[in-house]
Amino acid sequence: MASTTQLPTSPAAPPTPAATRRRTPPPGRSRPNILGGLGGWAWLAVIIVPVYYVVITSLKNQAGFFTSNPMLPPAEPTLDNYKLVLENDFAKYFANSLIVTLGSVVPALLVSFMAAYAIVRGKGKFLGLTNNIFLLGLAIPLHATIIPIYWMITKAHMYDTLLALILPSIAFAIPISVLILSNFLRDVPNELFESMRLDGCSDWAMLWRLALPMTKPAVITVGIYNALNVWNGFLFPLILTQSPDTRVLPLSLWTFQGEFSVNIPAVLASVVLATLPLLVVYVVARRQLLSGLTAGFSK
Amino acid sequence: MSTITATTREQTSRREQPSRRTLEKGPSGWLAVPALAFFTLFAILPLLGVLFLSFTRWDGLGEIKLDGLSSWQTVLADPVTGNALLVTAKIMFFSFIVQAPISLLLGVFTAASQKYRAALAVLYFVPLLLSSAAVAIAFKALLDPNFGLGPGLGLPFLAQDWLGNSDLVLFVVVFVIAWQFVPFHTLIYQGGVRQIPTSLYEAAQIDGAGRVQQFFNITLPQLKYTIITSSTLMVVGSLAYFDLVFVLTAGGPGYSTRLLPLHMYLTGFKANDMGAASALGVILVVIGLALALFLQRLGGKNRNASQLEGA
Repeated sequence: MASTTQLPTSPAAPPTPAATRRRTPPPGRSRPNILGGLGGWAWLAVIIVPVYYVVITSLKNQAGFFTSNPMLPPAEPTLDNYKLVLENDFAKYFANSLIVTLGSVVPALLVSFMAAYAIVRGKGKFLGLTNNIFLLGLAIPLHATIIPIYWMITKAHMYDTLLALILPSIAFAIPISVLILSNFLRDVPNELFESMRLDGCSDWAMLWRLALPMTKPAVITVGIYNALNVWNGFLFPLILTQSPDTRVLPLSLWTFQGEFSVNIPAVLASVVLATLPLLVVYVVARRQLLSGLTAGFSK
Repeated sequence: MSTITATTREQTSRREQPSRRTLEKGPSGWLAVPALAFFTLFAILPLLGVLFLSFTRWDGLGEIKLDGLSSWQTVLADPVTGNALLVTAKIMFFSFIVQAPISLLLGVFTAASQKYRAALAVLYFVPLLLSSAAVAIAFKALLDPNFGLGPGLGLPFLAQDWLGNSDLVLFVVVFVIAWQFVPFHTLIYQGGVRQIPTSLYEAAQIDGAGRVQQFFNITLPQLKYTIITSSTLMVVGSLAYFDLVFVLTAGGPGYSTRLLPLHMYLTGFKANDMGAASALGVILVVIGLALALFLQRLGGKNRNASQLEGA
């Protein structure tokens, strides 16, 4: 079991040397790729049309929604829907999402980094077993464990608290984090560790003064990936919380939809508002975010 | 620490081998303990817990009572379980068929770095940011037969009751899943393509291979492991499509989109039968594990050697 559970997501092979990586497109592609171009633009339409529809509809009033052409922008755009959503405790749900995301991602990064370092640099049966347990976690749909988690959280009197969302989120982020971080840590040259060891450096110091700076892009990648997952998480909040005080954004969309089912423009305004923070992050840190995610999963 | 260094230096003067060994003495296993503890508490123990609970009766509030195989009998005799398995298999199959080629082609397309492709790629990845709940709500509105895309574009065939028609709804779900997840897999393929050595294309160029030949003879074989990674994430991931389907269709109409995870949730938290829901959870775990192992086998045993060879 132990050795066979290694997923294909974890190539142990050394990565292609950086020198051979292609920075420019392959030569000889001077002829325009017409088919590729058409496909590319077609997919862009598939991506953009729903986004466009959501944004223009969110700016319509009820009457305009029922009477105007759904694909045309409103004659008189209004922000009333946004006002309605913001008055409905949007700020509180946003704050809850922020607390849960930071509260999960920071500890998850910390413990995963320590574990990845030990797994890559260390030896022994214990670390091998640990690594295999995490790989097992990648292969299993962990959502299947939600019922015992619900039981545990209830027993620990944490039901309907933000901590109830944070603790399992940390655990669920660990397997993929350890995998990506250890893939990157393997690339740090052994000689660096050895020379620091000769200088009398402890493991703890090496971890923070050598391993962490050398793998900073990977740490950021893993942080972003986990933050997206936790921020957009739906199942844990649905099952482990109940009151508006502990509601997070994705769940608030769902409850809002229930309350305002006749007011579609308002529901869509809440969708826009919930996406806006991530869009801002995307616009600011797109390059870092995409190149990090790419490297993290194609390694 | 100083003693280790001292010994090391002594040994270095005598022989090379032992000093290496001392130097390479790994860090303490304790560093892995916090992660392992969290993971054990909230994943491994619940995994055992779900197996245990599948042999009990529990309504989610009262006492947990051991009840032998009765939950398993309930679950296995219930036609809805078989239906949920079928729906899961269908969605897994169709969403793979749709997503894999699109994301592969888009990945190859965006990996080249012309200006306009870079601009396209900025927008391609926007769905990565949206929560499944947001995507589901957006598509519910978009697919509305009266106020959605169909009437908006004046295309009558688009103005159907997509989510209320049990013959169509499965394909709508597959499409929405693709809309949300293709960007992520495109990103994986884009990274994979960018790691293919240019020299291979240069050689093919000299041999006079065209673009299509290059795609089939270089790009595709070189992407073997990327394809396996992406496929595994797609297939195993489709066992976790819960949020999207829950908000989009709630499993309906009837049972036509009631996937296994959704069936588990509804059995446990709506019908208050945690024993049966746990049995469904166990089935989910077994399927996920089997699929992951199968896909890994497809990847071949000696990945390391073959990957080196490819480079």
